[in-house]
Amino acid sequence: MPETLMPALEELEHEYFKARKDAGFKREFDSLAGKFIGRPTPLYFAKRLTQNLGGAKIYLKREDLAHTGAHKINNALGQALLAKKMGKKRVIAETGAGQHGVAVATGAALLGLDCVIYMGSVDIKRQALNVFRMKLLGAEVREVSAGSKTLKDAINEALRDWTTNVRNTHYVLGTVFGPHPFPEMVRDFQSVIGREARAQILKAEGRLPDHMIACVGGGSNAIGLFHAFLKEKKITMTGVEAGGLGIRSGKHAARFAGGSVGVLQGTKSYLLQDEDGNVLDTHSVSAGLDYASVGPEHAWLMQSGRVKYTYATDEEALAAFELLSRTEGIIPALESSHAIAEAVKAAPKMKKNKIIIVNLSGRGDKDVLEVARIKGVQLC
Amino acid sequence: MLKAGSRIEARFKELAAAGKKAFIPYIMSGDPSLNASLRLAGTLEDAGADIIELGVPFSDPVADGPLIQAAAERARRAGVNLRKALGLVAAIRKRSNIPIVLMTYYNPVLKFGEDKFAKQAVEAGADGVIVPDLPVEEADLLKEHSYKRGLDTIFLAAPTSGPERFRLVSNASTGFIYYVSLTGITGAKLAHYEEIEKSVKRLKKLSGGKAVAVGFGVSNPDEAGRIAKIADGVIVGSAVVRRAREDSARDFSAWLKSMREAIG
Repeated sequence: MPETLMPALEELEHEYFKARKDAGFKREFDSLAGKFIGRPTPLYFAKRLTQNLGGAKIYLKREDLAHTGAHKINNALGQALLAKKMGKKRVIAETGAGQHGVAVATGAALLGLDCVIYMGSVDIKRQALNVFRMKLLGAEVREVSAGSKTLKDAINEALRDWTTNVRNTHYVLGTVFGPHPFPEMVRDFQSVIGREARAQILKAEGRLPDHMIACVGGGSNAIGLFHAFLKEKKITMTGVEAGGLGIRSGKHAARFAGGSVGVLQGTKSYLLQDEDGNVLDTHSVSAGLDYASVGPEHAWLMQSGRVKYTYATDEEALAAFELLSRTEGIIPALESSHAIAEAVKAAPKMKKNKIIIVNLSGRGDKDVLEVARIKGVQLC
Repeated sequence: MLKAGSRIEARFKELAAAGKKAFIPYIMSGDPSLNASLRLAGTLEDAGADIIELGVPFSDPVADGPLIQAAAERARRAGVNLRKALGLVAAIRKRSNIPIVLMTYYNPVLKFGEDKFAKQAVEAGADGVIVPDLPVEEADLLKEHSYKRGLDTIFLAAPTSGPERFRLVSNASTGFIYYVSLTGITGAKLAHYEEIEKSVKRLKKLSGGKAVAVGFGVSNPDEAGRIAKIADGVIVGSAVVRRAREDSARDFSAWLKSMREAIG
């Protein structure tokens, strides 16, 4: 991290740790979580998908039903509240798929903060609906045409903005990545997913699940789901990265399968890099997973063996996207479709009395145009 | 032979004795080719540069503005990496005794190996290193290896850094201390000379008199002259990178000389 930002990170750590202990802050956040976000989100038994796959019972944690359509709002609203508490009048954020950008723009509108969202020009093209949503919510969307023109470069540009405007601006980082305290803070705001799921599965089944699956871009929805269960040693967990066109093609975002330890954007973790330490371009059909590094806590969970990491290719994710739409009447985000794709592989190998929870981290409305394009369907 | 790492300090001492200030231009290694950079280094020295800051291209230069980002992209297209930048240092060193400071982001150094980097940098003839995305508290290993090999580690202090961080940066920096003149990225607009002056004085006091050079946003002789009045050295990056590329050779040399004269 550049020195200019170090004092801001120290301040953020101080203010966040203070807010975390503050009953008033917690009350305000919980109240908004219930009345504004619509929490708790349901834990839904996907009966037809389960029958279709013929194995373990599949439950979906319906983060797609959270306000704005993805888990991103949990963190965005938490940080927007914190920004207001710190007296910052302006928030900035990066976005890949646009879900985090929409969530931050929503939080800013709700709390009356100025909002600028950085987004790579490649992502702007493939997530046009979300770009318009952000603008409707009063945010300014700034196009980033440097480097790979995707999420990584949007983060670089947001960091440059923050370096310049640090005195009046809070950077709402969207995932469990970046310098301390972001990975910890974002995990805290997202861990509500797992706490709810735990209570809900106990109510529905009278016991904890056997297996859990979530997609991993930066990794906030996965940490959010897994965190409340990490101590339950009997539960196996799988994080699903973007396999893109396959690992051998080099066109993917599978950091654990294809990367090595490096430092990017204030974070030491697994990184897709060349032999000179330059960051490699990534590819995924899903903009939200199209990123060269991964949250440092995931690196730790991988090294300790607590969580297994695998990947789903574009093709597998697209098949899962259609499968869930047809069997359950739920159109999943392309990101979440990677987790569904893993459930498609895992469930048939498990007995029918076993239970899987899949984090359905977002809804797929934003992806409909892109999927139509891929399928060669002319819409208008 | 000079003790490794002391070339920078020696240069600041000579300048102070002569009542002069350091002119420290920055160029990107391999923009647009290594040969061009080698020639450019010669031009800079001929025009009166005291220290050369040599950038190493990186894919994600978060502390840099658009001009230096673009220079890094050109250099990467020319196939330049840290190893080749060290080759450039050696080539400059063959011809000249001018102090050379490498400016590189952290990941290329980490990938190369911190020990190997410090060793090979000194062998090539580099005198110091600046890692703009490596804060002082994460730099123990790099400092240790650099100290062992005699490579100066230059850290940045920013307008946002409080007294405690000023102390950390002052203690950790050898060769000189780099004061970032503005809250922003390289090549932005400069302002607030009074704040800069106060900070430079504080850093000098805290460090027991180490040299303090100021950079980020210095783009013309007027600004360079004003900074030179309050600091020991003036670092000029984006403006050099742009003019080396756009100006005619004669205009560029004339501009360098006007910068040199303004700095005094």
